[in-house]
Amino acid sequence: MATQPIAPEAVVIRHTLPHSADPFPPRNRPAVADEKPDTLTAFLKTAPLDAVDIADPIWWENDVHWAYFKRLRDEAPIHFTHVNSGRHRGYWSVTRWADIMAVDTNHQVFSSDAHLGGITLFDMDSVFIMPMFIAMDQPKHDVQRKAVNPIVSGANLAAFEELIRSRTQEVLDGLPRGEVFDWVDRVSIELTSRMLATLFDFPQEHRRKLTYWSDIATSDPELPGALTKEERQGVLLGMLQEFMQLWNERVNDPEPKGDLVSMLAHNPATRDMPPMEFMGNLVLLIVGGNDTTRNSITGGLKFLNDNPAEYQKLRDNPGLIEPMVSEIIRYQTPLAHMRRTALEDTILGGQHIAKGDKVIMWYVSGNRDERAIENPDAFIIDRARPRQHMAFGFGIHRCVGNRLAELQLKILWEEIMKRFDTIEVVAEPERVPSAFVKGYKSLMVRIPA
Amino acid sequence: MAKITYVEFNGTAHDVQVADGVSLMEGALQNGVPGIDGDCGGNAACATCHVYVAEGWEDRTGVKSELEGEMLDLADGLQANSRLACQIHASAALDGLVVTMPETQH
Repeated sequence: MATQPIAPEAVVIRHTLPHSADPFPPRNRPAVADEKPDTLTAFLKTAPLDAVDIADPIWWENDVHWAYFKRLRDEAPIHFTHVNSGRHRGYWSVTRWADIMAVDTNHQVFSSDAHLGGITLFDMDSVFIMPMFIAMDQPKHDVQRKAVNPIVSGANLAAFEELIRSRTQEVLDGLPRGEVFDWVDRVSIELTSRMLATLFDFPQEHRRKLTYWSDIATSDPELPGALTKEERQGVLLGMLQEFMQLWNERVNDPEPKGDLVSMLAHNPATRDMPPMEFMGNLVLLIVGGNDTTRNSITGGLKFLNDNPAEYQKLRDNPGLIEPMVSEIIRYQTPLAHMRRTALEDTILGGQHIAKGDKVIMWYVSGNRDERAIENPDAFIIDRARPRQHMAFGFGIHRCVGNRLAELQLKILWEEIMKRFDTIEVVAEPERVPSAFVKGYKSLMVRIPA
Repeated sequence: MAKITYVEFNGTAHDVQVADGVSLMEGALQNGVPGIDGDCGGNAACATCHVYVAEGWEDRTGVKSELEGEMLDLADGLQANSRLACQIHASAALDGLVVTMPETQH
């Protein structure tokens, strides 16, 4: 019997693994003597680059990821991580400014689509997909984004300014003197939740629900004490229900009102959204308007305390508040990364990225890249070009609320400097254990009596 | 070298000499012209150097890339003559060009 020739199969290269089974295998952690920041930093400075999963929350909770990103920028600026790939399927880390810019501006090749996993390192749950415009490609992204864009346009922000200022004054005037309190709870969360409730025209008395939903939406279900996947879905469905009620109250108004729910309910691009898509966009707007500004409010106070000479510069010249706000946002980088999925094989920085690969743009690293920013590890409130940072991302998915965030921070610092010569940070902050939301759970401070 | 006139939203005009090859965004930043931010450093990756090009100059200021068009499409105050100043580079052909600014950069 004649042997049939066997056609050679095309070799498909793929670095990121296909979706893995649930539940995830346990996390592989480095063998270190203890989990103190110094020990962890020493490990990251010397460990083989291929032996580290920088997405592990341990690095973020202890604020020690810096040393590893510096090594990646210098030695392996486009680097693939296999460690713990049973959990995250493996990912490319892009760590230099210019390479991140190249990915962020090439949405034709690097997709944000929720159905491919979305915009965070850990894939969106495939049985609980929440479409949202940040996790959509063109052309749908643009039409949905434009539905909410007017609320944060320059003209609209001018109308918000007085309200933001009077609230900021109220919150600051209510702070205790001569006693220790949590800045995160009393100021950062208080101001951002009030703002967010205004944007949604959500009942102010229930504003902390928005903070809760934001935290739940971004929480890692595997951390000790966190809600399970099912509990988390239940909470988000509860959120949807409350917002559906607001939607139903507003959808039949003859004209849309100025709030986000009303804008979504009336715009042809969004008024027929399926419920999960409404939920997705709510999560996007709540997290986008909440976590980021909250953590920059906290970070700014911490940075000024860590850099007394800069704090003094600010006292001597409150005109520096505007450049300082941009510097705070760069230095904090409240979202440490955004993720894309390659739609085709491509070459990036000399590395072959395969179709389907997960590509992580580490903004937190790009914002400390010596190749793009002078003396990047220093907090300097009067930089020559403070606005040139990548904390808002670049390209079509660039933060839509950036101007509002800057306005909130600017007003806050103007009002702080009018009232308090100094606010002392009295202990190291407690940090959020996440490679996505780079933030603070608490920061204990005291205003001298 | 080209003399470029930048007109702020409030009508204040600034005449600046911009060297050949330098973008109009850089020309504004280096000369302290307010109203142009240039957040992305000149990559057409934000829309914070949005300007309106005076009528009759379109053939000399070049064509928009796809990305520039997409970024402008998301900007406030988009008009047919909208451009990103970082994508227009000075040359003798642009001597005398007037660009005006939108109310805000976003």
